[in-house]
Amino acid sequence: MVSAATSVGRHSPGFPRFALAVALVIAAVYFLLPVVWVLLASTKSPGDLFATNGLWFSDAPQLGYNISRVFTESGGAFGVWVANSVLYSGVGALVATLLATACGYGIAKYDFFGKEQLFWLILAGVLVPATVIALPLYFLLNTVNLVGTYWSVLLPSMVSPFGVYLARIHAATIPDEVIEAARIDGAGEGRIFASIATRMIVPAMVTIFLFQFVTIWNNYLLPLVMLSDGAKFPVTLGLTLWNSQTQRDPYFYTLVVTGSAVSMVVLIGVMMGLQRFWRAGMTAGATKG
Amino acid sequence: MTAAATAITADDVLHGPTDARRRSNKRIGVALLFVLPFTLMFLAFYVAPIIYAIVDSTFAMKSSGLGFGPQQHVFVFLDNYMAALSSPDFQAGLGRLFLFCLIEVPLMVVTAGVLALLLDTGKTLWPRGFRVIYFMPYGVPGVIATLLWGFLYIPSTSPVLQGLSRAGIDLQPLDSGNVLFAIANISLWLYAGYNMIVLTAALNSIPTEIYEAARIDRAGEWAMVWRIKLPLIRPSIVLVTLFTIIGTLQLFVEPLVLSPLTTAINSTFTPNMAAYNAAFAKNNSSVAAAMAVIVAVIAFAMSIGFLKIVNRKGSEAW
Repeated sequence: MVSAATSVGRHSPGFPRFALAVALVIAAVYFLLPVVWVLLASTKSPGDLFATNGLWFSDAPQLGYNISRVFTESGGAFGVWVANSVLYSGVGALVATLLATACGYGIAKYDFFGKEQLFWLILAGVLVPATVIALPLYFLLNTVNLVGTYWSVLLPSMVSPFGVYLARIHAATIPDEVIEAARIDGAGEGRIFASIATRMIVPAMVTIFLFQFVTIWNNYLLPLVMLSDGAKFPVTLGLTLWNSQTQRDPYFYTLVVTGSAVSMVVLIGVMMGLQRFWRAGMTAGATKG
Repeated sequence: MTAAATAITADDVLHGPTDARRRSNKRIGVALLFVLPFTLMFLAFYVAPIIYAIVDSTFAMKSSGLGFGPQQHVFVFLDNYMAALSSPDFQAGLGRLFLFCLIEVPLMVVTAGVLALLLDTGKTLWPRGFRVIYFMPYGVPGVIATLLWGFLYIPSTSPVLQGLSRAGIDLQPLDSGNVLFAIANISLWLYAGYNMIVLTAALNSIPTEIYEAARIDRAGEWAMVWRIKLPLIRPSIVLVTLFTIIGTLQLFVEPLVLSPLTTAINSTFTPNMAAYNAAFAKNNSSVAAAMAVIVAVIAFAMSIGFLKIVNRKGSEAW
């Protein structure tokens, strides 16, 4: 006990261990509060939602009933919204990853006229607020009759300038010798990319996929602007549609809360499961000085 | 690795420099095949909308003759910008946005930095667990986070407000005086953990020899933070600040979703909401385009301005 205290004291006079732990726990309570609240709220009836302690269960928990109502309300709309979100995020992020990886690899490993200018133009795209793009894009896609279709949300989601940035940094770490060796062995450029280069930067590709997946899943303005048919809504848009009906029927409060809890649990689960892949991307951003 | 090493020598022997140059010229075509698909999509969905907005913002629908003729698309140059900038609602929205930026950016950067540094002291139990908890909200869509905090901002459903009022504190987060802080809190909750991870990655890339040298010099924890850690992660702090500035200028979803709960948020609360309102409620795409361009110009000017200020102080942060 004494020796531990002195060793701490010697190295860190400014950071008492106890105060440190208290600060971290307070921060954890802050970040967990809404999550705990929504998980508890999803077990309550609309009456109990407003009448019982928000940080404890009500006397009559009804999580199962709420969940089944979420999936049966409005003809099973919630399930369709989740499926749509998976479609937009999954397909959008997959194509975005392939496009960005190929582009980043092309910029990193080949010399061609104007490539630095192209890279800077793409990087400038990272700085453009997404909300600035969405409105003009609506009018633009309106002229080619794409507004209101799945494509109006999918196509813009397939472009990830940040992905190109990450892909270029990681592709630059592929040794030129490996590529030269493959060329001598007779492999074509496409084959080198598909079966050698991509395998060496798989962690970066997973990171690009995850970033884009979460970005598309969380996007609200683009589908709000583009879609009017509820059957094509992603889950974010669907939940706000339900939220707008709480005046008509208070049960929609419970539907919104339970639907939020379900979609949160799903996405946080996916994110945590693939946690280690986040690091590759973050470190790349950090080391580019 | 050995295969690669032998390959270099084989390549040197088999092909002269001219041969290599000829082949590299041929490869430019291949390079374009890699770069072109993304570039075309980028042009279509990033560059074209911006050009469209700029062009559209200089036109207006006007009736010809004495106002009885059919509506026509007329070039009006900067009229829409004048209309937007002279509208009191839009001015108020811009003012609110700058105020929000002033609240949110320091709050975010300091919180993320403090959390990253606390977890980096190496003196805490369970640092990975805390990191996961702080990072988790990043996976929650802004809309859903706002719906949840909305419930926590209403006295009838908020355990926090109920607890405070029992203690004699009557807090109204959605009052007009507090609503910007209420929104700032939602953004902080969503992104502080993400930014903390970015800074943590930078802290992890500091070589341990530097710490050992500092320890030999008997540097305390505070000296390490101020003289070693913060200066070395400066590029990442700059990056986090830059992305926070751009993020705050986009303010749209949070006030839109909170607006049914309070009279303090109207349909032109932020410039983006005003643009959305102009486009879809008032059917005036040209004014909406002008407003969008104004936000983009402000974002660009603030990004460049921020980087200039940071770089002028004599270190190559970017």
